[in-house]
Amino acid sequence: MSAQATARKPRIDRNNPLYLAWRRFLKNKPGVVSAIVLAILYLVALFAGFLAPYNLTTQHPDAVYQPPQRVYIIRDGRLVRPFVYQLEKKRDPVTFIASYQEDKTRPTPIRFFVRQGEPYSFFGIKTDLHLFGVSEGYFFPLGTDQFGRDLLSRMLVGSQVSLTVGVIGVIISFAIGILLGGISGYFGGWIDTVIQRTTEVLLSIPRLPILMALSTIIPASWPSTYVYLGIIAVLSFIGWAGLARVVRGQVLAAREVDYVTAARAIGAPNLRIILRHITPNLTSYLIVTATLALPGYIIGESALSFLGLGIKEPMASWGLLLKDAQNFQALNLYPWLLTPGILIFFSVLAYNFFGDALRDAADVRSVD
Amino acid sequence: MWNFVFRRFLVAIPTLLLISVLIFGVIQLQPGGFLENMLDDPRVSRETVETIRKQYGLDQPVWVQYLSWLGGFVRGDFGYSFLNNRPVAGLIWERLGWTVFLALLTILVTWVVAIPLGIYTALRRHGLGATVANLIGYFGLATPDFLVALLLIFAVLSSGGTNVGGLFSPQYIDAPWSWEKFKDMLAHLWIPLIVIGLDGTASIMRQMRANMLDVLTQDYIRTARSKGLAERVVLWKHAVRNAINPLISIAGLTLPNLISSTIIASIVLNLPTIGPFLYQSLLDKDQYVVMALLMLSAVLLMIGNLLADLALAWADPRIRYE
Repeated sequence: MSAQATARKPRIDRNNPLYLAWRRFLKNKPGVVSAIVLAILYLVALFAGFLAPYNLTTQHPDAVYQPPQRVYIIRDGRLVRPFVYQLEKKRDPVTFIASYQEDKTRPTPIRFFVRQGEPYSFFGIKTDLHLFGVSEGYFFPLGTDQFGRDLLSRMLVGSQVSLTVGVIGVIISFAIGILLGGISGYFGGWIDTVIQRTTEVLLSIPRLPILMALSTIIPASWPSTYVYLGIIAVLSFIGWAGLARVVRGQVLAAREVDYVTAARAIGAPNLRIILRHITPNLTSYLIVTATLALPGYIIGESALSFLGLGIKEPMASWGLLLKDAQNFQALNLYPWLLTPGILIFFSVLAYNFFGDALRDAADVRSVD
Repeated sequence: MWNFVFRRFLVAIPTLLLISVLIFGVIQLQPGGFLENMLDDPRVSRETVETIRKQYGLDQPVWVQYLSWLGGFVRGDFGYSFLNNRPVAGLIWERLGWTVFLALLTILVTWVVAIPLGIYTALRRHGLGATVANLIGYFGLATPDFLVALLLIFAVLSSGGTNVGGLFSPQYIDAPWSWEKFKDMLAHLWIPLIVIGLDGTASIMRQMRANMLDVLTQDYIRTARSKGLAERVVLWKHAVRNAINPLISIAGLTLPNLISSTIIASIVLNLPTIGPFLYQSLLDKDQYVVMALLMLSAVLLMIGNLLADLALAWADPRIRYE
């Protein structure tokens, strides 16, 4: 008997619900691709300092609104290591609008794993190692903004803000939502009425105007890191209501289940029953809801920052970067300012597909 | 039915009261204020500001301020805009027309486009048209409204067009209505319609497609086919009629998004709606304007939800007023 048991041990239990869910998830192609995209995005955010050729705030006054530089690999008909041409600034004598032209006499090779770049700190370690850079002149793969700051670097470092606002916001919203929704559904009575009314109030004001109003509470004198936390607080303050409502409905259903009655019979405290007996059984459901709620936070943050009511300088977020494109003239002359939008698009889409895939995979009733 | 409407109003009153408390509280928490900012101007003395403060009762305890604001709001007196030196109510009515016009037009266009697209993509599930429609749908769901606006503006500007921003070209803004002005408006109107309506269209289309796919597998569809009804009748009378009903309750759910979209689209595109007005007032801390606009958006949302419920009851005979 015991020999049989040990022999069987390394084999995966094919009826394990988690394993079945994993199998179902792997069958969902868009879901798997989205998971990979999200993993890449978060890795990029983590190593933004290394991947970005310049610092977030470094200004290059001689390269204002410089268009993206093209990378070449063929010179004089021969394949060479990637290089760029330096751009030369010319002013239109009538309109004074600057235009840039490639200076074909100055090819600059792109070098990898360079150490001469600007220093940054990675988990407290000061380093100046960058993935790529040029030894002389500039290399701005996605162009620069009104102060000559490298857009790619700002996008990469900005993703740290844009991608974490949603996750932290959802975690806070969930903590509040699970607790209040759980209490509301579990106890019923007047507590339920009060909490239900509160969520109803928060849900009956259109999202954007109330977010805008709440974000003006954040004092202008605050440093940007406090503002970042403030924006998360604002998003969570509105976000928990919908989640609390969902949790309440689930708890109402779970309240009458036998194991809850049993827990109550042996005298477990109410809060313990909510958090240790009811909530764990809603885990898969809650994870799916959280994933599908995340895009709303990313879009909410980007909209607020775009309007100048969210993340502020010297921090950067995708929405704040797009603010530079708000001016019609700038948009027309410097269209590369729109590139941060691509990251918003992909992250929101990936979260949507990923959430859908999780929902399909977690659904135990679905036929395999 | 009127009984139902009346009861809904009664239920809405306490919610609206709580909303008013929340909104008032948020505005009270704002650091500084319009009158504080006035002191930055060296020509304004502290006495002047104190006089104004007294005049509008802003020196009173907070709860007195709240009650007098609420009392005024119920009677249609929304307070005073310090920025514009005018009562708020008039300022809002001027802009509400275009706001409601844009919102209603967007709803109309959204439904006229989304329902047929949903039916089409359900019937030709793997065709080229369905794929394109689905891709546009995904694009609409994953792109924030302001980004859609920026992309459209860029597309128009880079193709040599100039009809971006506002609802009219400069020469028509104050001109009386004419055929030319109408055409000019249409040339401007399509951008806001797409910006505001795209995500709504995408979600309604997806929902309609899912409903259609669901309904088409039902027994009564097979029955209708097997008794020899024309496919056209099966489709429109049996399938579509049943697939549309759940969408009406979705209409109520898309309304908050519609209001939010209208606001941000108007700010980016500089449209004469309450959007830029709210934005400017928030930046200038023109408190009565902000409070009135927030309250109005909540009231609009409630009315919209009520209308959606009524429409659902009208369209679906199984639903009774309860």
